[in-house]
Amino acid sequence: MPKITYTDAAGESRTVDAEVGATVMETAIKNDVPGIEAECGGACACATCHVYVDDAWREKVGDAAAMEQDMLDFAFDVRPSSRLSCQITVRDDLDGLVVTTPARQA
Amino acid sequence: MAEPIKTDVLIIGAGPCGLFAVFELGLLDMKTHLVDILDKVGGQCSELYPEKPIYDIPALPIVTGQGLTDALMTQIKPFNPQFHLGEMIESLEKIGDPLFRVTTDQGKVFEAKVVVIAAGGGSFQPKRPPMPGIEAYEGTSVFYAVRKMEQFRDKNLLIVGGGDSALDWTLNLAPIARRVTLMHRRNEFRAAPDSVNKMRALVADGKMDLALGQVTALEGEGGQITAAIAKPDKGDPFKIECDTLLPFFGLTMKLGPVANWGLNLEGEVIPVNTESFETNVPGIFAIGDINTYPGKLKLILSGFHEAALMSQKASKYVNPDKRIIFQYTTSSSSLQKKLGVA
Repeated sequence: MPKITYTDAAGESRTVDAEVGATVMETAIKNDVPGIEAECGGACACATCHVYVDDAWREKVGDAAAMEQDMLDFAFDVRPSSRLSCQITVRDDLDGLVVTTPARQA
Repeated sequence: MAEPIKTDVLIIGAGPCGLFAVFELGLLDMKTHLVDILDKVGGQCSELYPEKPIYDIPALPIVTGQGLTDALMTQIKPFNPQFHLGEMIESLEKIGDPLFRVTTDQGKVFEAKVVVIAAGGGSFQPKRPPMPGIEAYEGTSVFYAVRKMEQFRDKNLLIVGGGDSALDWTLNLAPIARRVTLMHRRNEFRAAPDSVNKMRALVADGKMDLALGQVTALEGEGGQITAAIAKPDKGDPFKIECDTLLPFFGLTMKLGPVANWGLNLEGEVIPVNTESFETNVPGIFAIGDINTYPGKLKLILSGFHEAALMSQKASKYVNPDKRIIFQYTTSSSSLQKKLGVA
């Protein structure tokens, strides 16, 4: 089972087991990882599951699609590594993925 | 004051639960008016995920948010519900036993024997952008909507956002403002391409400015903004002087004025009993995502159940002398007559 590490804005990390096929957002909610709100429940409609993908993982995770870029306009402190975690699906080759949650969700 | 619209039941919110409540109330001979802040029916289903499939509506293995809304509108048509869209209920006062006077932000007044709050996550309202300290300027020099354009004549405007609202107001206000700067975090816009082209033409003609970056801080005092500090994707932060800020960051759901109606609240939701989904105020009910009770699940199907039980109790207020006979739509000729199928 792939593992995902969520680091919060204060630097504290939590590593949890993730199911292949679930999203990085769902994995966080299921494991009570703080810092991800997911107000809309995963419809790519709110920008409250914003994360920064660790630089080492950016290429493998890929870039945000156009619709996701549009939603990121509503997020706080958007950076080149920004993604909405509801739009990242867990795969076996993402085992070890590290994401950081922003200081606040929008 | 406007002549009040008299109705048996006023439903606040035209999402799936509010719409289905029309059906259940209608079977028990109650007339309904619905008010919704959005300019269309369907609530979150049509605003947030019109094209997204829903898989847990009984007997509908797959239906989109818009598809569900359309089907509900067909189902409730026999009851001729009256819709008041693009309006928000601002105040509610008890004037009888029970009778409520309910007023919208457009000044429309209703007198309803029963009020059903089916407001989902609350009313859709402009989202406060993530700019530290912005609260201090709201209503004085920061505005989330344009009511009167004249208010912005000769102002030094900073408009932030990349959607249709930001672009439309940029184009409309550029001719009357002293100066307009549009700020967006990237050089791509969600707004209609035609608006974006017009905006770029104004920039090329030197008639307005475009700045790419995200606002990180605001400067000003006593509610009067004087400048915004912004950070581009690459490079050093920069400062834009302005006396008015118009941020357009989309919509979010807020409980809104419901909080002021004397109802018990638990955070952002309204506790109800599970016999009739009535609030602590007799005659005011809450169904769907906006209520809470032990075991509550925020599912559309739960809201449908809540609408059915609510209607039984509502009937006692609206038609106190009428005995309710439990009937099935399959076999009752009187119900079928109401549905127009007999």
